[in-house]
Amino acid sequence: MTSPRLSRTILMAPGLGWLALFLLVPCLLVFFNAFYERGIYGGVDYDAFTTENFARLIDPLYVEVFLGSARIALITTVLAVLIGYPAAYAITLASPGAQTRLLILAMLPFWTNYLIRTYAWMVLLNRTGLINAGLIDAGVITEPLPLLYNEFAVILGLVYSYVPFVILAAYASLARLDRSLIEASADLGASGARTFLKVVLPLTLPGVAAGSVFVFVLSIGNFITPDLLGGGHVQMLGNLIYDQFLTARDWPFGAALSMLLIAVMMVLLFTQAVVVHRASARSGGRA
Amino acid sequence: MAFIDHKARLLGAAAAIGAGLLLASPAAIAQDAPKGKIVIGNWDGYMPPDLLERFKAATGIEAELTVHATNEEVMGKVVAGGGKGYDVLFVSAPFAQALNALKLSAPIDHAKIPNLANLYPEGSQLKYDPGNTFSVPYAWGTTGLCYRTDLVEGSPDSWAALMTPPDALKGKITMLATDRWLLGAGFKSLGFSVNETDPAKIDQARDALIAAKKNLLSYDDTTFYSKLVSGEASLVHAWDGWCNYGIAENKDIKYVIPKEGTDLWTDTMVVTSASENKDAAHAFIDFVLSEDVGKWVTENIMYKTPNKKAMEALDPALLEQFPNMKMTPAELLAQEQMVDVGQAQKAYSRTVTEIMNAK
Repeated sequence: MTSPRLSRTILMAPGLGWLALFLLVPCLLVFFNAFYERGIYGGVDYDAFTTENFARLIDPLYVEVFLGSARIALITTVLAVLIGYPAAYAITLASPGAQTRLLILAMLPFWTNYLIRTYAWMVLLNRTGLINAGLIDAGVITEPLPLLYNEFAVILGLVYSYVPFVILAAYASLARLDRSLIEASADLGASGARTFLKVVLPLTLPGVAAGSVFVFVLSIGNFITPDLLGGGHVQMLGNLIYDQFLTARDWPFGAALSMLLIAVMMVLLFTQAVVVHRASARSGGRA
Repeated sequence: MAFIDHKARLLGAAAAIGAGLLLASPAAIAQDAPKGKIVIGNWDGYMPPDLLERFKAATGIEAELTVHATNEEVMGKVVAGGGKGYDVLFVSAPFAQALNALKLSAPIDHAKIPNLANLYPEGSQLKYDPGNTFSVPYAWGTTGLCYRTDLVEGSPDSWAALMTPPDALKGKITMLATDRWLLGAGFKSLGFSVNETDPAKIDQARDALIAAKKNLLSYDDTTFYSKLVSGEASLVHAWDGWCNYGIAENKDIKYVIPKEGTDLWTDTMVVTSASENKDAAHAFIDFVLSEDVGKWVTENIMYKTPNKKAMEALDPALLEQFPNMKMTPAELLAQEQMVDVGQAQKAYSRTVTEIMNAK
């Protein structure tokens, strides 16, 4: 006979072991490596303890990269929510069969490799690409528009990639929404807009928060999209970290930057957890 | 001028391999062939795709290829793993010097590579490793301007075309982003050495390169010639051999060495100290340096090789089509040899990080 407590421990052991071995230990390794100097040809010089890598994080150059990344991630998040939330709402209004089909459509892009989808944007956006060539042929413009290798292209690529996350997260919240609450709100004389703002939005906020945090966290750490669609003109935190490990071979500084990114993600995920907790407590109280 | 289609040449090469396989009867395989499999680390597409099959047919030694995109990438892996898992590494000269300094390279045993005799004498006396003690040169060349003669006015002949371009070129140029060559363009445009170690001069080059950044279409180390072919870019910062890939697809593309001078880079083959099959690794290098394989390799990668016998055996039509292949060792040595900069390498990579992240 095993007590519920013991069986719970046994059931959790593989998951906890996995996380400890492949999440906690690597994070600690990254953390410790951030306190040493780099070797001349890469690697880490374990004879030279230093806190310089963290001091370097507040160099205005890198602060600007961080703020720029946060700004791009924020714009991406807002646009993805503005596109994804109404789409999710529209899906919940469809018949159950149609809902499944529409959700599959929303997820369809994930069946293609991320790199290929990003390269497809390069084919569309470049100076001699489909969009510019089409507009020139149609006589709309005479000189190609600068669509690629700038912040616009990066944000477009990120929004395109991450909108499905918002749709799925918002749909999960919206689908669980009790329709009778909307009817009650209407019966009590609230307008459609008021019902949305006072009833629908607050109750589905956890879904929006989950989707937003997902998009923000994935965007701020992304390096493939800024690398390919930004052409080196848009440098984000992810690129900076990638470059430290693979190009500059300054692993300790890369480790310090990674710790910064991990800290930002933890704060955001914690905030999201608090929002979800409060919202569920509130809706629980009303029910 | 014969315009040889790249694909047709590849087909020709494939046919040649087929013939090679048929000719290599089991009796031809040396009885005392070193056993075991070796792992070769090379840039993607920097050797004929079937080289290793042909090597196996000729020597009986199994070899496997792992590819890297940049010197920095493979150095990261090799430094982290102490060179384990690799037997022969293809890296540029300064990185071969770094491997030697880190004791990750094995001494080259000349007795096991008789085909070293096929090299130009100059190829064995390069500054980074005179006498080929820890490396064997594979290909060599220069870095300069590769451009579309039909899209660029006049004939650019200065680093200024990249650093301070005329309005017509703004937004239509790309530069290499790997640290040695990006900084090299900055140094040469200011009249400095490609191996500059003076911090004040490194800062000066950094400022010039940051100022040049706003006129770039993008930084590009791997697809710049396609951008030239598609017309997205008009002028790119390129290695001469890679410019040839563009020339193969569009004969309006031309390569020029800027008048301020440039670097002579050498890509080398290094045997790792961690290799458990050094005899087989040496046999591979010897195979690459043989006259017929060397010729085939040169035709395939379209880079100049320091293999005198191979270069002399090349089809003259190829040299006409790709004029920079005609550069003689003396012409190459007129440029500054790129060597490891030691401690200054830290400043180099930090400077490039600053350039990449500057607004």
